[in-house]
Amino acid sequence: MKKRKWASLKESAIRALFLTCGILAVLVLVGIFATLLTTAVPAFKEIHLSEFLLKKNWDPTSPEKAEYGILSMIVSTLMVTGGALLLAVPIGIGVAAYLSDVAHWRVREIVKPIVEILAGIPSVVVGFLGIVLFGPAIAKIFHIGNGLNAVNGSVLLAIMLLPTIISISEDSLNAVPQAYGEASLALGASQWQTLFRVKVPAALSGIIAACMLGMGRAIGETMTVLMATGNARAFPHGFLSSVRTMTANVAIELGEVPYDTTHYYALFAIGLVLFVMTFIVNLVADVILRKYQEREQ
Amino acid sequence: MKQAKRKKIAQFLGFFLLRACLTLVLAILLLFLYDIGRKGGGTISWEFLSQAPRKGMTEGGIFPAIFGTFLVTLITAILAVPLGMCAAIYLNEYARQGRLTRLIRLSIRNLSGVPSIVYGLFGVILFVNIMRFGTSVLSAGLTLGLMTLPWTITASEEALKTVPNSYREGALALGATKWQSIRTNVLPYAVPGMLTGTVLGLARAAGETAPILFTGAAFFLPYLPKSLGDQFMALPYHLYIMATQHHQIEQVRPIAYGTALVLIVLVLGMNMTAVVIRYRLRRKRR
Amino acid sequence: MSVETGIAKIETRDLDFYYGPSRALKRVNISCHTNRVTAIIGPSGCGKSTFIRSLNRMNEVVPGTRMEGTILLDGHDIHASDVDVVELRRRVGMVFQKPNPFPKSIFDNIAYGLRINGLKDKRKLENVVERSLRGAALWEEVKDRLGENAFALSGGQQQRLCIARALAVEPEVILFDEPCSAIDPIATAKIEDLIETLEKSYTVVIVTHNMQQAARVSDYTAFMMLGELVEFDVTEKIFTNPANKLTEEYITGRFG
Repeated sequence: MKKRKWASLKESAIRALFLTCGILAVLVLVGIFATLLTTAVPAFKEIHLSEFLLKKNWDPTSPEKAEYGILSMIVSTLMVTGGALLLAVPIGIGVAAYLSDVAHWRVREIVKPIVEILAGIPSVVVGFLGIVLFGPAIAKIFHIGNGLNAVNGSVLLAIMLLPTIISISEDSLNAVPQAYGEASLALGASQWQTLFRVKVPAALSGIIAACMLGMGRAIGETMTVLMATGNARAFPHGFLSSVRTMTANVAIELGEVPYDTTHYYALFAIGLVLFVMTFIVNLVADVILRKYQEREQ
Repeated sequence: MKQAKRKKIAQFLGFFLLRACLTLVLAILLLFLYDIGRKGGGTISWEFLSQAPRKGMTEGGIFPAIFGTFLVTLITAILAVPLGMCAAIYLNEYARQGRLTRLIRLSIRNLSGVPSIVYGLFGVILFVNIMRFGTSVLSAGLTLGLMTLPWTITASEEALKTVPNSYREGALALGATKWQSIRTNVLPYAVPGMLTGTVLGLARAAGETAPILFTGAAFFLPYLPKSLGDQFMALPYHLYIMATQHHQIEQVRPIAYGTALVLIVLVLGMNMTAVVIRYRLRRKRR
Repeated sequence: MSVETGIAKIETRDLDFYYGPSRALKRVNISCHTNRVTAIIGPSGCGKSTFIRSLNRMNEVVPGTRMEGTILLDGHDIHASDVDVVELRRRVGMVFQKPNPFPKSIFDNIAYGLRINGLKDKRKLENVVERSLRGAALWEEVKDRLGENAFALSGGQQQRLCIARALAVEPEVILFDEPCSAIDPIATAKIEDLIETLEKSYTVVIVTHNMQQAARVSDYTAFMMLGELVEFDVTEKIFTNPANKLTEEYITGRFG
């Protein structure tokens, strides 16, 4: 009797231990948000929220009047993200479609791990290649002094997003019921028509979710854009101008900013904006993916 | 007839386009590896791998950075692997459908989307300031550990899912307690898969820079960290410095290439080992 | 419903079972007696597997399920708060539809149930393993290769291994959930012989979709349909002179 009680107590304790580890994930997420929020709030004693989000000038160390507008950085982030998606989405879907529908299964078996290798290249290495490979090439193509600009950042980010977009899009293409494709083929459509008029539309929600996840990653990516986009503070005038994204700005300035200043808190406020943006994007991707999986069942 | 021909041409062109996409992706990867391999290969020597940087980092090796990356990844693993495995065991073995489970899963998915620099900010406040670990290899490792946690949870759960339910039921029907059935009849078959999955996560952590920028990575240290409270040099951060911050940037380019090669060999080596083992395990299961 | 007088070994009273909103068992009353084989037959989806899995509370493993009514083992409610489900499952053994050996050696499979209860003595383990394998009529076939992986055995041997594994923990009741549905006829015959031997020392409950099997091995037969117990009687009577029209139609093969 006693032994049994002891045993069931032990079982509950073990369960509680595992549960605690699971709950830790919730705590970390809440902790990140709370930390960013509490550290960012003091910044707004001195800065108006509207000024922070809508002004173009960021010059916290100006001797006359410090300025804390992050609009240029938001626009820069959206530019490189948009550019990256513009490149990566069509190519990614193309590769996914090829792998799921056209390629021999042997090719697929070989290519999939290779795509995983691409995903494994550290962002700092990609950024380095942006400096030594893509930068000079872009400078030559567009006849400009140096190639560290938004185009460079977009190209590099696109390369980094490809694995995500390819693998999730391919999964959702593979999840399209075979009957759809067969019905289309039986009506006399070619394999190509079937692929792009039946299968891709049927897998669209999964593909969109893949692109959203890629977008979240692009917004939050730091080292690549920090190294390859030139980091000029000015408001960007086009894809050939040097830009400074939100992530890059935090990375550049947090190391040298004195603790307990408005500038310091403002950098955490940028972190908070980043967190909220990526959180929303990922949540939307998540909702789309869930919906799509529910429909599958 | 004409239409059929047009269809055929469209299909030919279409497939050609798709194949071009794939070729482009493979070509980019090849270009990356080729460029780094060729230009970095010339720098690699025993001296480069075994000595500290000299003369304002224009000469010498990168040993402190290799050692630092190894150390910080070890701390990452100590935090993220056991916690990730335990959380995965809870989710796959114990959790029932319900609000709490949904909340946990939602948190994990969102954690894996939090930007790495944001983890860096969190690490500065939590580990450097609140817990007073200072900018140290410990703070950096713990920050990377939190970042790796969602990946290790997901990977571990995948591995647990591959264990057939009949192993669990069979054990329970013989009078095993829940934990006994997990310990003796689930984990032994899931742990190899769990470990390979977590190695993939650790490889990513080893190559990360943003989370360690402000939590412990040092620009230059002529000695190795003596305790967990010391700062450290790390390969990715060293590459960043050599590529952008050094005052004789053109002169140290070979060192940057060499660092990139070592980093990529380390990370991809971990990756490929895990991928190969995983494919083997899958084949064995079939 | 009881066909035999005296206290039943295991007895259900108004057993209801729900998977979410759908009701899988409706007020099922069956009693099973010691040294008797009770067979549960019926078309697929009639609830017979659900029924047998509630006898050792294996259904609790499935999320979103709910049970009402009472199940008595030796007159005691198996859901009473002082009953330990682990102890219950040790007393009420189970053999599953598909042979489910663990990916361990033959020896370790049999020893599993004892080891988790803390038995470490090698000599004792060896004794139990031999006795259990003999009990499951498998000893002669495997005695020279106890160290081999259980997956190396044939399907029928694997199922007898699972029976031996259940015997090793010395249960009082053995539940068979369609034990022969995944194995060939010769192996099936061996298992049927085995069940008749087991009857001498245990209470046996067997779910089967094979009516001939029920007729061959059981003393009592329960016929279930759509979650309800239609008829429960001596096996011979069920198969020669059923009281219910549905039973008659089923055993003569008009549906199922």
